[in-house]
Amino acid sequence: MDVTLIDWSRAQFALTAMYHWLFVPLTLGLGVIMGIMETIYVVRGEDYWRRVTQFWMKVFGVNFAVGVATGLILEFEFGTNWSNYSWLVGDIFGAPLAIEGIVAFFMESTFIAVMYFGWNKVSRGFHLASTWLTTLGATLSAWWILVANAWMQYPVGTTFNPDTVRNEMASIGSFLQVAFSPMAVVKFCHTVSAGWLTGAVVVVGISAWYLLRHREERFARSSMLVGSIVGLVACGMVMLTGDSSGIMVGKAQPMKLAAFEGLYEGSEQAPFTIVGDIKIPGMLTVLATHKLHAFVPGINDILEGGYMLPDSTIALSAEEKMSRGAEALSTLRYYRHSRAAGRTQEAVVMKDELLKNLPYFGYGHIKDKQDLVPPVPIVFWAFRVMVGLGALFCLIFFLLIVMQWKKVPLTRWPLLLHTAFWCIPLVYVCSQAGWVCAEVGRQPWAIQDLLPVTAAASSLQTTSVRITFFIFLAIFTLLLIAELRILFRVVKKGPAIEE
Amino acid sequence: MISYLFLQNYWWFLISLLGGLLVFLLFVQGGNSIYPALARDEASRRMLINSTGRKWEFTFTTLVTFGGAFFASFPLFYSTSFGGAYWLWMLILLSFVLQAVSYEFQGHMGNILGRRGYRLLLQVNGFTGPLLLGVAVATFFTGADFTVNQLRLSIISNPVVSTWGSTWHGLEALANPWNLTLGLAVFFLSRVLALQYFINNVRDEQIEARARRRLWIETPLFLIFFLTFLGRLLTMSGQGVGHWNLVEIIPLKYLHNLLEQPFVLVLFVAGVVLVLWGTLRTLLSKTWRRGIWLSGTGTVLTVTAMLLLAGWNDTCYYPSLADTRSSLYLYNSCASAPTLQVMAIVSLLIPFVLAYIFYCWRAIDRKPITREEMESGKHVY
Ligand code: HDD
Ligand code: HEM
Ligand code: HEM
Repeated sequence: MDVTLIDWSRAQFALTAMYHWLFVPLTLGLGVIMGIMETIYVVRGEDYWRRVTQFWMKVFGVNFAVGVATGLILEFEFGTNWSNYSWLVGDIFGAPLAIEGIVAFFMESTFIAVMYFGWNKVSRGFHLASTWLTTLGATLSAWWILVANAWMQYPVGTTFNPDTVRNEMASIGSFLQVAFSPMAVVKFCHTVSAGWLTGAVVVVGISAWYLLRHREERFARSSMLVGSIVGLVACGMVMLTGDSSGIMVGKAQPMKLAAFEGLYEGSEQAPFTIVGDIKIPGMLTVLATHKLHAFVPGINDILEGGYMLPDSTIALSAEEKMSRGAEALSTLRYYRHSRAAGRTQEAVVMKDELLKNLPYFGYGHIKDKQDLVPPVPIVFWAFRVMVGLGALFCLIFFLLIVMQWKKVPLTRWPLLLHTAFWCIPLVYVCSQAGWVCAEVGRQPWAIQDLLPVTAAASSLQTTSVRITFFIFLAIFTLLLIAELRILFRVVKKGPAIEE
Repeated sequence: MISYLFLQNYWWFLISLLGGLLVFLLFVQGGNSIYPALARDEASRRMLINSTGRKWEFTFTTLVTFGGAFFASFPLFYSTSFGGAYWLWMLILLSFVLQAVSYEFQGHMGNILGRRGYRLLLQVNGFTGPLLLGVAVATFFTGADFTVNQLRLSIISNPVVSTWGSTWHGLEALANPWNLTLGLAVFFLSRVLALQYFINNVRDEQIEARARRRLWIETPLFLIFFLTFLGRLLTMSGQGVGHWNLVEIIPLKYLHNLLEQPFVLVLFVAGVVLVLWGTLRTLLSKTWRRGIWLSGTGTVLTVTAMLLLAGWNDTCYYPSLADTRSSLYLYNSCASAPTLQVMAIVSLLIPFVLAYIFYCWRAIDRKPITREEMESGKHVY
C-alpha cells in the first residue's frame, strides 16, 4: 500500500488522539475533585462549598464539550481510516467500544444533564449522586477504551480463523481475558491516575494564581487544599503504576522497552540512562524485571535473536520471524484454495502449517527488518520528559502539603506558587509524552506482532486523507483556542464568592 | 444454548432499535434548523436553544453507540462502509463535532466565533445532520459500489479487504434521487418532531402559536417525501440470500419482507399510525401538548421496522452494486458467536439504561422552560 497514504492516516489518527487527550485527563481529574467538593457541601451544608463546586463545574463543562467533540471522530476513525484493521480484529476490538457506549457514555451524558440543570429541581442527595455518576461514567469509559488499547499492545484471548480471515474471540472466557488483561489493568490505573494528577495540577495552579494576586483568597485556599491532597495521592499512584507499566512493557513489548532506553546492546545488568552518559548501573534490569540479574535485550539483540527468552526458548532473529510470517500468509492462501476446491485433506495440513507460523503473522508484511525499530530518539526523550516532570510534580505537591499542614502562609513563597502555576502546561506535556511513549514506541505495529500499520489502513486516495487531516487540524485548533480563551475569561472573572 | 442465527437477528434488531432512537432524537437537529422561524426576539431564541440544549447529549451519544454497536456486531459493514463512503461519513461527523461545542461555547465570553457564529453551526448541523444520515441509511436499500475480499489481506503488496468503486468515496450517494428523498423525509420529520417537542417543553404563548402554524407546512412536506420513498421501497427489487448463500435479485423484495414478517408489519403500521395521530391531533387542537410522546414513539417504531426490512428475512442490508458476491447480509458480515453472546449479555443492561435516562429526563423537565428561567442566571446557554 502507498506509504504516503499510511503516513497521512497515521498523522490524522495521532492528531485526533492527541487533541482528544488534551481534554480527557482534565475531565477525569476535575470530576473527582468536584465530587469531593460537592460532598463537603452536602455533609457540612455550607453554601460556600456549593459555590466553590459550581465554579469548577463551569470549567468542567467547557472542557467536556471539546472532549466529546474530538472523541466522536476517534470512534469512527477505526472504520474510516483503518478499515483493514477493523475487519481483522473488529470481532474483538469492537466489543469494548460498544460496551463503552452502552455502559459509560450514556451514564456520563445523562447525569451531566442533572448535574448542570438539576440544582433546584432535584434533591441534594440526588444531585451529589449525579455528579459522582458523571465522573464514574467518564472513568468507566476510560476503562473500556483502554481495554481496547491494551489489547493492541498485548493481544490476548484471540484465535485466528482462517475461514473468515480474521481474529476472533474463542469463547466468553476469552472476552474476560481481554477485558481484564494485566496490560489493561496497568494502563487503566496509570492513565486514570495521570488524569487525577492533571485535574489536581490545574486546580492548584489556578488557585496559586489567585493567591499571587491576592484575589479570592478563601476560595483559593480551599481549592488548593483539596487539589494538593488529590495531587499527592495521584503522584504516588502514577509512580507505582508507571513502574508496573515498565514491567508489562518489558514482558509484552521488549522492543519498546529497548527504545525507551535507547539500549542497543542488552546485558544482564543493563544500566538506566538518565541523560547522555549519566547512567545508573544495573538499574534498568531492576526496573524492567524487578530482579538484580536478568537479561534485558537491546534493539540489536532483538533483531539478531539467539538469546534466551524468559520461557527458556531461544529468541528468533528478525529474518526468521519475517520468513515465517510470509509462510503464514502463503499457507493461508493455499488453505483457502484447497478449501474452495474441496480438497479437505490438504486443507487440514495447510491449517496446521498455518497455526505453526501464526505467532509471526504480522511479520509477513514487514519488508525490511529495520522497519521493526520504532523511532528511538522520540521515544527516548518522551520517556524522560514524562518521568522527569512526574518527579517535579511530586516535589511540588509534597511541599504544598507540608506548608498547608504547618500553616505557613503560602503567599510568603511566591516562587513555589509561580512554579505551581506553570505546572499547568507542563502536566499536559507530560501526559502527551506518556502516550507518545506508548504509541510511537510500538511502531510499526498497530497490533503487536499481528498487524503492522502498513497493512491496517483503508484504501483511499492520499489526498482525501490529507484534506481531512487539515480540516481536523483547523477545527480542533480553533476549538482549542476558543476553549482556552473562554477558560481564561472564566478564571479572570473568578468565582465571585463574597468573603 | 441460543443459536448463532438467532444472535445475528437479535443484534440486527438492536441496531435497528438504536437507529430508530437516533432518528427520533434528531428532533434536536430539527429544532436547530427551525428555531429562527419561531422566535422574533432574543429571549425566545434562548428558550428554544436551551430546550434542545438539554437533550443534545442523548442524540450524540446514541450516534456514538450506534457506531460502536455496529462495529462490534457487524464489523464488515463498519470497515466497508466507513472506509469506503469516507466523505459522506466524514461530513456527518464534522457537522456533529461542530454542534457538540456550540451549545456550551455560545454563552461564554471570549469564544472567538460569537453567539451568532455558534448558532450558525447549530443550524448547519440541523440541516446536514438529518439529511446526510437519511442519505446514508437509504444506501441500506439502494446499495453502494464496493467489493469485499478478505483473502486480499494476505497479499503483501496491497492488503485491502474492502475497495470502493467510486472515487467520490460516498458523495456519489447524494446523486441518487431516492437517497435524497429519504434524506429529505428524515429532515422534515426532524422538524415535525421538533415542533411538537417545543410545544411540549417550552411554555410561551407566541412560540407555541408559531410552532402550531409551522407544523402545517412541515407535516405535508414530510409526508410527500416519506410516502414517495415508501412507494419506491415497496415496489423496488432487492438482493436476497438464496441457497448455497448465493445472492440473487428478487423483485418486490421489501414488499415480501413486509408481508412475510407479521411482527415487522405490525411494528411498521403501529409506528406510522402513532406518528400521524400525534401530529394530526396537535394540528387540530389548540391546547393539546402531548404530540411528541406519540409521534416520538411512532418514529422509533417506524424506523426500527424499516431497518428490519433491510436486514431480516435473508436480505442483503448493504447491497453491492459492483458484485453481488460482495453484498453484505447478516451472516457474512457479523461478528463471531462468542462476541455476539458477550454483547447479548451486555445488551441486558439496555432497559436499565433507558430507565435511568427516562427518570432523569423527567426530573429535569418537570418544569417547562419559561422566560423567567432564562433570566435567572442559572446554567443557561
Ligand atoms: C483514559 C481515557 C480515555 C482515552 C484513552 C480515550 N477516551 Fe474518549 N473519552 C474519555 C476518555 C478517554 C472521557 C473522559 O470519558 C471523555 C472525554 C471527555 C468526555 O466528554 O468524555 C471521552 C469522550 C469520548 C467520546 C464522546 C462520548 C460522548 O458521546 O459523550 C467518544 C466517541 C470517545 N471518547 C471515543 C474514544 C476513542 C475512539 C478513543 C481511542 C482511540 C478514546 N476515546 C480515547
Ligand atoms: C488518547 C490518548 C492517545 C494518544 C495521545 C495517542 C497517540 C498516538 C500517536 C502519537 C500515534 C502515532 C504513532 C506513529 O504514527 O508514529 C498513535 C497511533 C495509534 N494509536 Fe494511539 N494514542 C492514544 C490512544 C489510543 C487508543 C486509546 C487507541 C485504541 C483504542 C489508539 C490506537 C492507535 C492506533 C490504531 C494507532 C496506529 C495508527 C498510527 O500509527 O498512527 N490510540 N496514537
Ligand atoms: C514518574 C514515574 C513514571 C513512570 C515510571 C512512568 C512509566 C510509564 C511507562 C513505562 C509507560 C508506557 C506504557 C506502555 O507503553 O504501555 C507510561 C505511559 C504513560 N504515562 Fe507514565 N510514567 C510515570 C509518570 C507519569 C506521569 C507523571 C504522567 C502524567 C501526568 C504519566 C502519563 C502517562 C500516560 C498518559 C501514558 C500512556 C498510557 C499508558 O500506556 O499507560 N506518566 N508511563
